[in-house]
Amino acid sequence: MAELRTEEMILNMGPQHPSTHGVLRLVLTLNGEIVEEVKPVLGYLHRCFEKHAEAMTYPQVIPYTDRMDYLNAMSNELAYVLAVEKLLGIEVPERVEYIRVIMAELQRIASHLVAIGTYGNDSGAMTPFLYCFMDREKVLELFEIVCGARMLYNYIWVGGLSHDITPEFITKTKELVKYLRPRMKMINNLLSYNKIFIERTAKIGILPPEVAINAGVSGPTLRGSGVKYDLRKSDPYSIYNKFDFDICVGTGERGVVGDCWNRYIVRAYEIEQSLRIIEQAIDSIPEGDVQSAVPKRVKPVAGESYVRTESPKGELGYYIISDGSLNPYRVKARSPSFCNISVINQISRGHMIADVVMILGSFDIVLGCIDR
Amino acid sequence: MEINEIYNKLKSVFGEGIGELKTDLPVRPFFFADASKIDAVALFLRDEESMQFDNLSCLSGVDYDKDNLAVVYHLCSYALGHQLVVKCLVPKSDPKIKSVSDVWAAAEWHEREAFDLVGMIFEGNPDLRRILLPEDWEGHPLRKDYKVPEFYNGMKIPY
Repeated sequence: MAELRTEEMILNMGPQHPSTHGVLRLVLTLNGEIVEEVKPVLGYLHRCFEKHAEAMTYPQVIPYTDRMDYLNAMSNELAYVLAVEKLLGIEVPERVEYIRVIMAELQRIASHLVAIGTYGNDSGAMTPFLYCFMDREKVLELFEIVCGARMLYNYIWVGGLSHDITPEFITKTKELVKYLRPRMKMINNLLSYNKIFIERTAKIGILPPEVAINAGVSGPTLRGSGVKYDLRKSDPYSIYNKFDFDICVGTGERGVVGDCWNRYIVRAYEIEQSLRIIEQAIDSIPEGDVQSAVPKRVKPVAGESYVRTESPKGELGYYIISDGSLNPYRVKARSPSFCNISVINQISRGHMIADVVMILGSFDIVLGCIDR
Repeated sequence: MEINEIYNKLKSVFGEGIGELKTDLPVRPFFFADASKIDAVALFLRDEESMQFDNLSCLSGVDYDKDNLAVVYHLCSYALGHQLVVKCLVPKSDPKIKSVSDVWAAAEWHEREAFDLVGMIFEGNPDLRRILLPEDWEGHPLRKDYKVPEFYNGMKIPY
């Protein structure tokens, strides 16, 4: 029998591919079904928002930050606004801080529900996707009550908020907390502990903790590797130090620490922690005016600030340089997805093509955040 | 470790390679390091027992002033919990700086981004290509003197 001809094959995954969660292109070098190398090609959604920001006043940049990670606009606004407030040196009323934390945690729930739902979808489970989006819609309805927008809010302002919350928002939030707990139990039974799902995700794409820290991986992706690091506790900002919650890490309950399943389950568990924070915050919101500290004109002195926050995807940082004028001199966004995706080559080598889909999904990337 | 201790230790090892410590508020204290020695400084910061800066939180390229670009390193230690800001000035006439991608893997893509948008050359980066803009794009948008080209590959740019 003649010898079989074997050679490496280059396969393009994306930019138009449902499992890349946007317009990401992965160039795979294959040896049969086995992946030898993954080369991500970024930039299909690049808008250079950092350049736009230099031509605007500080408050005008906020809607642009919304569009960075569009599934998670509140956290983006919060990070940017905290950095500007640090430059200005203003203190915001306690009522504002409470509402900001509630919004950020509601947004974390919405973002994690998308992550869980789409990850199920990636692995071929359509039903959890529909359940998750139904529940996420309930969270978005709350945002709609407060500021009228479902996804891109421009809600958190420098020094305050665009609207105060209403009694309707408070009752509906309490209802949501009650509603979501049994729903999460159901989703866990349906997907997280489903044998087929575990077979697809356990022991796939193992990311060792020291590699993760060195590569700047953060958020649930880092905690999936067993590193107990959450900026809300490790480097607290806003008023997170007032609330009682746990840092969820991957424990190897199924599979091994650092694999896809452990990265995934951290998100499912974090929803419960966010609910706990909301429960504690919603009953103790102090009275006050949410716009009392909003400056008429945002004109910080020359200087710079760097603020890191724990967004649902990971460590979101804003580095702002001011030259004392009305426009920022430089705005740099440190996006969590950008750093997280950079380890994909390292942990995908030696796996099958179908596993690359699962590894990519376990990072919970948003291309608006990567490409900025 | 406090910033003063870190600074004094670095100063005693690297001498001239480390500039003056600047502590004017509201900026977090920082110092300039020599662009040609930054790889050694980075390795020291990561491996020295009392510092252990195991994580590069952010690397930003900045068009700093008329003659210089700057690279700003925001470092963080997961092990010890302290943070540090180091800056490097890179002259616009010869924008070369040593890469720290051997020390922190996170730097590789951040350096590519800084090269792409601000245009400094990181010597030693294993894969220094454009990352966000198309490969055949001309110029570096985050330079202050950047002019948006009228056409790209024959297509009109509407801004």
